Amino acid sequence: MIWNETKECMSRDEMTALQSKRLVKAVNRVYHNVEYYRKKMQEVGVEPGDIRGIEDIDKLPYTTKDDLRDTYPFGLFAAPQSEIVRIHASSGTTGKATVVGYTRKDIDVWSECVARALTMAGIGRGDTIQVAYGYGLFTGGLGAHYGAEHLGATVVPMSTGNTKKLTTMMKDFGVTAIACTPSYLLHIAETLEADGDIPNIKLKAAICGAEPWTEQMRLQIEEKLHISAHDIYGLSEIMGPGVACDCQYHKGLHVYEDHFLPEIIDPKTLKPIAAGETGELVFTTLTKEGIPLIRYRTKDLTSISYDKCDCGRTLARISRFKGRSDDMLIIRGVNVFPSQVEAALLEMGETTPHYMMIVDRVNNLDTLEVQVEVEERFFSDEIKQLESLTKKIAHTIQQAIGLAVKVKLVEPKTIERSMGKAVHVIDKRKLV
Amino acid sequence: MTIKQLSVFLENREGRLEEVLNTLKEEKINIISLSLADTSDYGMLRILVEEPERGKDALKAKGFSATLSDIVAVTLPHKIGALQETLHVLYEAGINIEYMYALCTTTDEAAIAIKPSDLDKAVKALEAAGAHFFDGLFK
Repeated sequence: MIWNETKECMSRDEMTALQSKRLVKAVNRVYHNVEYYRKKMQEVGVEPGDIRGIEDIDKLPYTTKDDLRDTYPFGLFAAPQSEIVRIHASSGTTGKATVVGYTRKDIDVWSECVARALTMAGIGRGDTIQVAYGYGLFTGGLGAHYGAEHLGATVVPMSTGNTKKLTTMMKDFGVTAIACTPSYLLHIAETLEADGDIPNIKLKAAICGAEPWTEQMRLQIEEKLHISAHDIYGLSEIMGPGVACDCQYHKGLHVYEDHFLPEIIDPKTLKPIAAGETGELVFTTLTKEGIPLIRYRTKDLTSISYDKCDCGRTLARISRFKGRSDDMLIIRGVNVFPSQVEAALLEMGETTPHYMMIVDRVNNLDTLEVQVEVEERFFSDEIKQLESLTKKIAHTIQQAIGLAVKVKLVEPKTIERSMGKAVHVIDKRKLV
Repeated sequence: MTIKQLSVFLENREGRLEEVLNTLKEEKINIISLSLADTSDYGMLRILVEEPERGKDALKAKGFSATLSDIVAVTLPHKIGALQETLHVLYEAGINIEYMYALCTTTDEAAIAIKPSDLDKAVKALEAAGAHFFDGLFK
């Protein structure tokens, strides 16, 4: 099944024409409504008139997370507040959140994109779907929720946290589909397995995203639960989940190109690179009203293919992600930069700036341990003092990154000092 | 009236304690007593040595996190209730005990090392009660 055959199966010429038309409009919108973009474009000497189609895209400046931070909270919004119907936010690198706003039309487009993704996973109106992403400022919960309602499926807004309740309802309600992070789905699968409940569920499909996972993990989920598991990609800056998703052939993720124009660039030279080569994924939103972004650098590394897929869709496909061009970690769906941890520690002043983040996956749930060296002058011979220091550090880091951490105090000078760029992360999760 | 205790932070790793002891041996520093408190991630080694300052410097030179803390040590006769009576003095003075351990002596008397919540107050209260402070074996 294809949700929107007109758009998803367009010929390349038609798609290029549509994208070009929409790009011109989008550039005009940001130039006239967003002072920051107008200045950015003026700095490189580009005017909206210079952009006649997608062939002119490389005349436009890039946008990064720093731009969102510099204009916090609403500086990049291109619609008046009276037209914004929703705000989402994700944690930023310096404690400042990355804030995005949606107009009613943006929510409609987003719901349409998620409906396309759900359809790719074989989910339709007759299905009952549990949305087990966190609801709230994070785009996962509400994004999947609205898309599933738009599709006409029955939505059970589980959110996260209570696995027992989730599996009970999965059985009792005859749930046929689920949207959650892949690691959480594996955890759910193991709970079902342990309770001998796999034969008692009617689950047939899952759309998983918000964190990197491997093809092996996808196959493992499919095998354990006897379902079809799909990789849904998205980022709040561009929209949220539903920017791309893989079809039943699992040969890359189809990008909803009529709304999000993808490019692959060399993260060092910032020059576009040929289809098929691996580079950094860049998106320009073509229809977004609330916060349209021009050439937003996702920092995700992938390659793109414009070959027609066996499913009949002509939408370009991006390959499974091969890493990031920065040091961002995704832990339990939360974006974490080591620099956030460092800033929090330095602000406290009770530890040395030397730290090591140990990321692991225990029972399919991500764990984060931060090892810190205690400053000599704050060292105490009383365990009570050291424990309260540990708690204080954990609390400070948690405030900064929005994720519970285990803090481990270590002896001074035991964290490895490296020449040049310091290594601050040991990721033991077996990915890619 | 107080004595210097050498405190060393130890990660729970094989051989760390042995390295501390080896450092002291190489420096020919005699250990009088020790106590080791443990948590799941680290241990706290508290030792009384003949030359605390030199012990601290030797350990720090080897990269250990070592500090000196002032504690109070008193001798106790080998009789029933001796420890209770001493602690009662602190209790009456409203002093809390952060930690405490038994000391090794070469005399007929026992001794304990105490880290009180208020060191000065504890020394005064013990003095007033006629307690015998332990300072044997220090060089």
